[in-house]
Amino acid sequence: MVNHFPGFETFAMDFKETELTLGPPGEFRVSGRKSGKKRGFPEMLDLNLSGPNGRRNDSGAQLEQEASSSPKSPAAKEQLVGWPPLRASRKNAMRSGGSNYVKVAVDGAPYLRKVDLQMYISYEQLLKALEDMFCYFTIRNYFMEPMNGYEYVPTYEDKDGDWMMVGDVPWKIFVESCKRIRLMKGSEAAGLEPRTPPQNAVMEAAEEDSG
Amino acid sequence: MRDISAEVPGGGDYHPPCPDQVLENVLENVLQFLTSRRDRNAASLVCKSWYRAEALTRSELFIGNCYAVTARRVTERFCRVNSVVLKGRPRFADFSLMPPNWGAHFTPWLTAFGAAYHWLEKIYLKRMSITDDDLAQISLSFPSFKELTLVCCDGFGTSGLAILASKSRQLRVLDLIEDEVNDDDVDWISCFPENGTCLESLSFDCVEWPINFGALERLVARSPNLKKLRLNQFVTLGQLYQLIVRAPQLTHLGTGAFSPPEIWAQGSEEPDYEAAFSACRSLVCLSGFREVVPDYLPAIYPVCGKLISLNFSYANINAEELKSVICHCNKLQTLWVLDTVRDEGLEAVATTCKDLIELRVFPIDASEDSEGFVSEVGLTAIAEGCRKLQSILYFCQRMTNAAVVAMSKNCPDLVVFRLCIMGRHRPDYLTNEPMDEGFGAIVMNCAKLTRLAVSGLLTDKAFSYIGRYGKLVRTLSVAFAGDSDSALKYVLEGCSNLQKLEIRDSPFGDSALRDGLHHYYNMRFLWMSSCRVTLQGCREIAQTLPQMVVEVFTSESTSVKDEDEYVDTLYMYRSLERSRNDAPAYVRIL
Repeated sequence: MVNHFPGFETFAMDFKETELTLGPPGEFRVSGRKSGKKRGFPEMLDLNLSGPNGRRNDSGAQLEQEASSSPKSPAAKEQLVGWPPLRASRKNAMRSGGSNYVKVAVDGAPYLRKVDLQMYISYEQLLKALEDMFCYFTIRNYFMEPMNGYEYVPTYEDKDGDWMMVGDVPWKIFVESCKRIRLMKGSEAAGLEPRTPPQNAVMEAAEEDSG
Repeated sequence: MRDISAEVPGGGDYHPPCPDQVLENVLENVLQFLTSRRDRNAASLVCKSWYRAEALTRSELFIGNCYAVTARRVTERFCRVNSVVLKGRPRFADFSLMPPNWGAHFTPWLTAFGAAYHWLEKIYLKRMSITDDDLAQISLSFPSFKELTLVCCDGFGTSGLAILASKSRQLRVLDLIEDEVNDDDVDWISCFPENGTCLESLSFDCVEWPINFGALERLVARSPNLKKLRLNQFVTLGQLYQLIVRAPQLTHLGTGAFSPPEIWAQGSEEPDYEAAFSACRSLVCLSGFREVVPDYLPAIYPVCGKLISLNFSYANINAEELKSVICHCNKLQTLWVLDTVRDEGLEAVATTCKDLIELRVFPIDASEDSEGFVSEVGLTAIAEGCRKLQSILYFCQRMTNAAVVAMSKNCPDLVVFRLCIMGRHRPDYLTNEPMDEGFGAIVMNCAKLTRLAVSGLLTDKAFSYIGRYGKLVRTLSVAFAGDSDSALKYVLEGCSNLQKLEIRDSPFGDSALRDGLHHYYNMRFLWMSSCRVTLQGCREIAQTLPQMVVEVFTSESTSVKDEDEYVDTLYMYRSLERSRNDAPAYVRIL
């Protein structure tokens, strides 16, 4: 399950629970705090403010435009970990607007996971979340990179039962039509051609989303 | 030391009984009637003979902290266990304050139990991680297995459930409560024995995916002993109807979504929900209502008069809608609601539910600056109307000392008082004073209080009250409170029965920590996160109290070099063993 518990970023991210061990170990995410410094309480709060010091990914590129962990909430709002003290399942159940969970399967992994598509506003966010979830894999970022050098390709099953590449259609259409997601091994995905020329559909979507 | 194997029936050679042996046999026959574990613990301390006899006759095992003792020690002492309760993670783990993979794995316990307790029938786990393999192993190891209850657990999924359902043919109870259940696309509901089941209780309201309804219907039809059924939110009202007409003997029902399916076949009539509920003459406990359409609430009116427990904590209903139901519920003892019912709804509860013992009011919007639909008005109404109240959990945005004092005076039977003012450091909103006097009154006037959770603006004074009057308090939860070390000192020095202390984001440091040295071994655990405890301070405790396991979590994966640095989290517990060997990298055991 995708969790947006900001507190997890302060600890070594260790997804052993998915028991996937192919590929290099995932990088640990370290909060912006320095070590060796006495800290006051406010530091517990500022883990995920999207701003110049927002979360960095491994390559150091800043993700400030992503409003990293809470894409739907106002960027300036502080997210306190675990307060008020309510179990996540209860919090999620109360969320208005419902949810749009789809299962995510990764070839070779013993378990399915699930993501709530309503938590994201772009392909980029979704792929980042999937990467976090299965951090031993590098998920091909369909927009940015060519086919080589990546092991897994994100695909999805749409309402008609067809398997498509993630990124084929504008984001909003994807959210409405996606029934489940499968991260396919690169070799198998070769047979899946995008329906529309990737450059146009996807670049439009990317531009729309990163504004 | 006498060889114990000679005392086990059917094991070892025959020895003519000596007088000690006779006494022990008699003792065994007597002690087997002792059920309370506190009594048993006391009995076992009388002398070696009683210790042995008690060990031979204890059939229910309770282990409050899975790391306080090893499975091996347990199975060596107790040899005839048929029921186990095992608890793992501390409660603050529920609020994302504990990183993943901390521990509390069931597997090593299962291995030991599999070897020692062939006739194990019941397993109850809370906040543990249990795998699908474990579920399969339970079926393999225990031919008489009957009851599995998993509360706030994770690590398993539908494939494990499928194996358990199909292989444990005597299964009576399968209760999944607030677990995180992986979905592997396996239709576990179809896996129960075909010619009939022994099921008495089936709870899967926490499963977040649809199940095979046809299979569920057939399952209910072939489970004549089924009394408790708790459905998940993917079961519609129409489907619920089909189930309860087949199972009018139910006593506990989790109603699922409680909303009709979106599309009705043209020309079809809606089922007579009210008649179906009427036929359930034994129903005493209702829950679910996950996506309730209030128009359909009248269907439950026929059962309200007998209801003992009603869980509306997922039901987004307003005051009027609650009133329409509650006015019939004069026998209600337990009520969980959302704050959408407002103070007005709580006033209605206070008017009708004179036997109310437990009330929980949850927030629909759990954030610090949410609107907050209930206040001191609701609390006061409950205090005045529900004099038998023993347990309350109340989330709100504003509160007054006066209301809390009123509750302390009107509800002298209070055992559990948990007030959560969601905005941090909020004072009494009328007087602008800290909430010290309110909580002080609770500990002063409620002589039976064993569990307390505090919130709002609190100075050290509140804690001096708690230390002075909270002599029976066993569990104390503190967040964003207190001014200095003195607060924690008052508690550690005063609360002689304190067992579980969980603190977050409060200005307590090493000096206060030292003050509890005389008491920590009597406690189950101490949790302090985002306080002012340093590595040095924790190390001192670890060195002074070798029987405590002192775990420290830090945000860096490498060792913290600066001994003066505050630790993120201190989690400390007594243990008969050396430190565990399954801790992840971010945990340091001092």
